[in-house]
Amino acid sequence: MGGEVMTGAEMVIRAFQDQGVDTLFGYPGGAVLPIYDALFHQEAVKHVLVRHEQGAVHAAEGYARSSGKVGCVLVTSGPGATNIVTGLTDAMLDSIPLVCITGQVPTHLIGTDAFQECDTVGITRHCTKHNYLVKSIADLPRILHEAFYVAKNGRPGPVVVDLPKDIQFASGLYEKPTSSQHKTYRPAVEGDRERIRAAVELMATARRPVFYTGGGVINSGPEASRLLRELVAETGFPVTSTLMGLGAYPASDDKFLGMLGMHGTYEANLAMHECDVMICVGARFDDRITGRLDAFSPFSKKIHIDVDASSINKVVKVDVGIVGDCASVLEDMLEAWRALPSRPDKSNLEGWFGKIATWRARECLAYWPSGTIIKPQYAVQRLYEACKDRETYITTEVGQHQMWAAQYFKFEEPNRWMTSGGLGTMGYGLPAAIGTQLAHPDGLVIDIAGEASILMNIQELSTAVQYRLPVKIFILNNEYMGMVRQWQELLHGSRYSQSYSESLPDFVKLAEAYGAKGMRCEKPGDLDAAIAEMLAYDGPVIFDCVVDKTENCFPMIPSGKAHNEMLLSDYLGETGVELGDVISEEGKMLV
Amino acid sequence: MNAMNTHYPDPVKVEPVNRHTLAVIVDNEPGVLARISGMFSGRGYNIESLTVSETEAERHLSRITIVTSGTDAVIQQIKAQLDRLVPVHRVVDLTLQGNAIEREICLVKVAGQGEHRSEALRLAAAFGAKTLDATLSSFVFELTGTTEEIDRFVRLMTVIGLVETCRTGISAMGRGAEPL
Repeated sequence: MGGEVMTGAEMVIRAFQDQGVDTLFGYPGGAVLPIYDALFHQEAVKHVLVRHEQGAVHAAEGYARSSGKVGCVLVTSGPGATNIVTGLTDAMLDSIPLVCITGQVPTHLIGTDAFQECDTVGITRHCTKHNYLVKSIADLPRILHEAFYVAKNGRPGPVVVDLPKDIQFASGLYEKPTSSQHKTYRPAVEGDRERIRAAVELMATARRPVFYTGGGVINSGPEASRLLRELVAETGFPVTSTLMGLGAYPASDDKFLGMLGMHGTYEANLAMHECDVMICVGARFDDRITGRLDAFSPFSKKIHIDVDASSINKVVKVDVGIVGDCASVLEDMLEAWRALPSRPDKSNLEGWFGKIATWRARECLAYWPSGTIIKPQYAVQRLYEACKDRETYITTEVGQHQMWAAQYFKFEEPNRWMTSGGLGTMGYGLPAAIGTQLAHPDGLVIDIAGEASILMNIQELSTAVQYRLPVKIFILNNEYMGMVRQWQELLHGSRYSQSYSESLPDFVKLAEAYGAKGMRCEKPGDLDAAIAEMLAYDGPVIFDCVVDKTENCFPMIPSGKAHNEMLLSDYLGETGVELGDVISEEGKMLV
Repeated sequence: MNAMNTHYPDPVKVEPVNRHTLAVIVDNEPGVLARISGMFSGRGYNIESLTVSETEAERHLSRITIVTSGTDAVIQQIKAQLDRLVPVHRVVDLTLQGNAIEREICLVKVAGQGEHRSEALRLAAAFGAKTLDATLSSFVFELTGTTEEIDRFVRLMTVIGLVETCRTGISAMGRGAEPL
């Protein structure tokens, strides 16, 4: 044994240190004052003061997703705890490892409706992977270390430790983390060898195969991305990726079909529709991906690799389900592929790649260019050109700008793309950029934003200024909640109910008021120079890029439609279609 | 293949719904029942019966018996969702194992006079129910049996003068020498 005697508050900080945490995002309050006092006496863990607790969680998410480490949050009881709920749910849906310490009223006051009391474990039970209410100082060291173990092992997710104030003051024996097995939670890492062999045999027979990869490849670590690239090189199969998986496979490679799903490319979605063998690696057949389920990839045998057994056969029935960590399974797959008695000839795939080439030739991401008004797609393309040779990290808010960023910004490496995929949380991008910048002080971090989303957590600009974080906020300002407006155009007869961004602030003055740099660009001809000026500035910048108000995000699989029923931009001659007419009444019910 | 304008038939959805009895071994810690029942309500699954009690005090283990119903895919999903909860040790599908013993206990209060009173006693004896309490105008019976037996007993007692029922929900165990 031989632990060290200290207070509960000191244990929290010591556990963070022993778990290798260097950055903590938080906001103080009455029920966490002892922990803030313990923070005051040390320098190993840097505390970053946010301006709203939701920002703390998104910052920790950006930190975690860009670094592969566990993101850490410290907030007070009551409103501090309720304010983190959106962030926790976001991390839950996107499988981001977080440990959040929440203060709680002293144990003898729990249940009395005390000041700033709320049932934190009750409220967060559904939006965390696991949570704890610590009722005895003797349990605290174990729970703190267990929180990290649960957050990062298996399918990652957020963990809340609710810590009453009297436990923070109490003294007890601190124990260091041990490597002993958790008594119940032991997720499988290695996939079943027999199933991997069956999967590889299926792959060997494929004539029209496709890899469909997701955020699980990123979560598994850089080794999984490397193994994916190796397996693609060995097999010669084409690859498409979900929104969350961008960067696992390099976008510049000719086997990469682009993103799939609701706003995915024509070639990716048609490849999914027409493939004969689909290898899903760390993705979960989300409704944004599958479109109409009964018409989803009707001709394929499906292989699904996922660390979470409940993901397999959840929405799409698969032929070979493999429970395991992506990196481990991909490695075993490579080995099994190389051990095949006769490896299939890559020339078998020529017909398939020929077909893909004809789909690609549609150039589904083409749009009407303009010399007078900035097209949002053009803005993202120019931003990409200016950043592509630098170590660039992109975060986004949620909406049209997010889809344009995913379509037109090309990612070559994992952990460079931080976006709210599952929950679709507006206000994610700026705090996530702050967290990302802290994890990568020398990286170029840009939040591609919309003018509506950015206002949801604009207060965090103050955090960026305080910590001299040179994040760039690139707002595609179309004066609309663009995706809402697009859906209203499609589904509700262009009745733009409440989606106009009325009374917007002057973003240049807003930036200056916070002590950041503000810029505004309205003409395509000025764009490159303005972007260069933004990138050259050593400090946070708001770049108000005034774009075409009416542009829609294409391609688009309308709700209730299948992959081969995509709508394309009218630039591609798909005119004469009334968008409202293509969606069935049933489809309108879907989100 | 016809790439555009394909028309697909409506999905065939005639998968049978089956009743399954699951035994779930969990750490007996605060909130564990809320986690389990919350998973069912949050994901829209149905609980027909839920029985829970600590079974191994020194190891802080509880055994939860859940009766639920759904298609094979739904049952599979329920088991996977239960299994990934942190305090869950094991999930065993006793229905898939086959032939498990299922019992519940029911307490029935019957009130009445004269002929109804003696009929209640006769029926209780026929079902093998124990008489736990008797007054001049009432009985409390205890019956242990399958859900169907108890349903039948309660139906009959309703005619005679049932005033209150309390049932434990199902406890279940596989047959033979093998433990869970």
